[in-house]
Amino acid sequence: MTVCTVLLNWMKSPCFIQSRRAEQVEGGNNVEPIIKTENLTIRFGGHTAVSKVDFEMPAKQLKSIIGPNGAGKTTFFNLLSGELKATEGEVYFKGIPITSMSAVARARMGLGRSFQITNVFPNLTVLENVRLAVQSKEKIRYKMYRHSMHYTKLLEEAHRLIEVVLLQGKEYAIASQLSHGEKRKLEIAMLLALDTEVLLLDEPTAGMSLEEVPAILDVIRAIKQTGEKTILLIEHKMDMILDLSDSIMVLFNGKLLADGSPEEIMNNETVQKAYLGGLYDENLAES
Amino acid sequence: MELLINLTINGLATGMLIFLLASGLTLIFGLMSVLNFAHGGLFAWGAYSGVWFYSLTGSFFLGILGAILTGAILGFITEKLIITPVYGNHVQQILITLGFMLVLTEMLKVVWGPNQIAAKVPPYLAGSYEFGDVLIIKYRLFIIFVGFLIFGIFQYMLQKTKIGLVVRAGVMNKEMVQALGINIKRVFLYVFMTGAALAALGGVLFAPYSGVIYAEMGFEFAILAFIVVVIGGMGSFSGSLSAAILVGLAGSYMAYYVPALSLAVNMMLMAIVLIFRPQGLFTAKG
Repeated sequence: MTVCTVLLNWMKSPCFIQSRRAEQVEGGNNVEPIIKTENLTIRFGGHTAVSKVDFEMPAKQLKSIIGPNGAGKTTFFNLLSGELKATEGEVYFKGIPITSMSAVARARMGLGRSFQITNVFPNLTVLENVRLAVQSKEKIRYKMYRHSMHYTKLLEEAHRLIEVVLLQGKEYAIASQLSHGEKRKLEIAMLLALDTEVLLLDEPTAGMSLEEVPAILDVIRAIKQTGEKTILLIEHKMDMILDLSDSIMVLFNGKLLADGSPEEIMNNETVQKAYLGGLYDENLAES
Repeated sequence: MELLINLTINGLATGMLIFLLASGLTLIFGLMSVLNFAHGGLFAWGAYSGVWFYSLTGSFFLGILGAILTGAILGFITEKLIITPVYGNHVQQILITLGFMLVLTEMLKVVWGPNQIAAKVPPYLAGSYEFGDVLIIKYRLFIIFVGFLIFGIFQYMLQKTKIGLVVRAGVMNKEMVQALGINIKRVFLYVFMTGAALAALGGVLFAPYSGVIYAEMGFEFAILAFIVVVIGGMGSFSGSLSAAILVGLAGSYMAYYVPALSLAVNMMLMAIVLIFRPQGLFTAKG
């Protein structure tokens, strides 16, 4: 009787449910979306920044989120990553509700995000920044008092990631002395070091010079080509979005306007009216 | 010449004692944004417990170890019971740590009585070295040596170890360290315990230096430590060493040459730094 009760309790535990769901996801050829939202809503006073968004993110794909300024893109990101808590609705990660979880807990589960404003440690070197992110997977324990050079695997991993983001040769540069584009690359290296399944990239080219953009594009393309990561990208540069995305979702006034392949979005009349049309008109006016 | 050397040695020794108190304070403030006014109480507890352990065991070394252990345990209790509920609220931190400082001071009187207690220099550190006309007191050299040793150990830990990297990064941006999934609260606890242990080490080294210990000694040294933290730059470990030496030397020279200004000189130093470089002489690089 006792054994049965223990077994039943164990089967009800989040650990068991999580492992079963993970098996179902793997066994079912990724039928279940890696991220899903239902009726996701957040209100700030009387203003509804994100309104009843139902969204599904297939695993190991790259989806871009577009929309005019103030459409709620970053707020939506913050709701996924846990920086903001939803007023209504649910966020699921691999089928597990994570709405009430903290940002740290979500990061540990596999949701990593970059920020619109670069977030690196300014007085640490590039190598130290990446090393910190690599070692963050470990618990704080007494053996952390050993000289860091004893951890060759950790250093090798840090050097590998620095190469992935094309920052080789800058390992010992102080982060504050890097160009804006290099800081963005460093930030992506740190995000990769966390080894999260999902990367939430918030305008990775924001504030970059035109010359710096292709390098970031190469980095994101290289990550996508590994086929290991699910990438959700907020961007304004349409050529970059069309080049990289498997699918695009459009937010407008906090609502989900459309979600589909780049072709579908480009041919969607509502989207053209609400966003792309206006954007292209502006571009024409400028030229 | 010998006068100048002696004043310098005195100033350095005092500076090192202040450094031991201030280094923990600066890391606690830099990393945790906690204003710990109870830090002086940990210094006094270090002195009392160290002298007690020394008298009990007859070994000054064990006395030092006992004081460090007491400091770390008190640090653990303080962080868990006093600091944790008031993270992020400076006004509450000031009030509760000031209150706890009074509790720590009064508890000393409860345990060891209200009177001053004599503290002896261990025989092997008593006496002095003679260099021609210059007499240098051994125990002061010992304090200077321990101060630099501790500075070296902690610089090594901050610069070369994994935990040191976490602390340095945390001083720069603790929210981001947390965003990386690192349990910063555990690091807070370790840093607080280390800071408390360093304060207690300062206390036990101060005891034979001054010859007597008394419950209120923590208040006097805590003020100097706060001055050092302001001058050195909040969160800067190396800054606290330089500022502590500066404060120690200024106090030592002034006490001899312009005794009337010996107490005011440190306040003046702090005021000058606050006017011309409010972030402190050294920026916080961990």
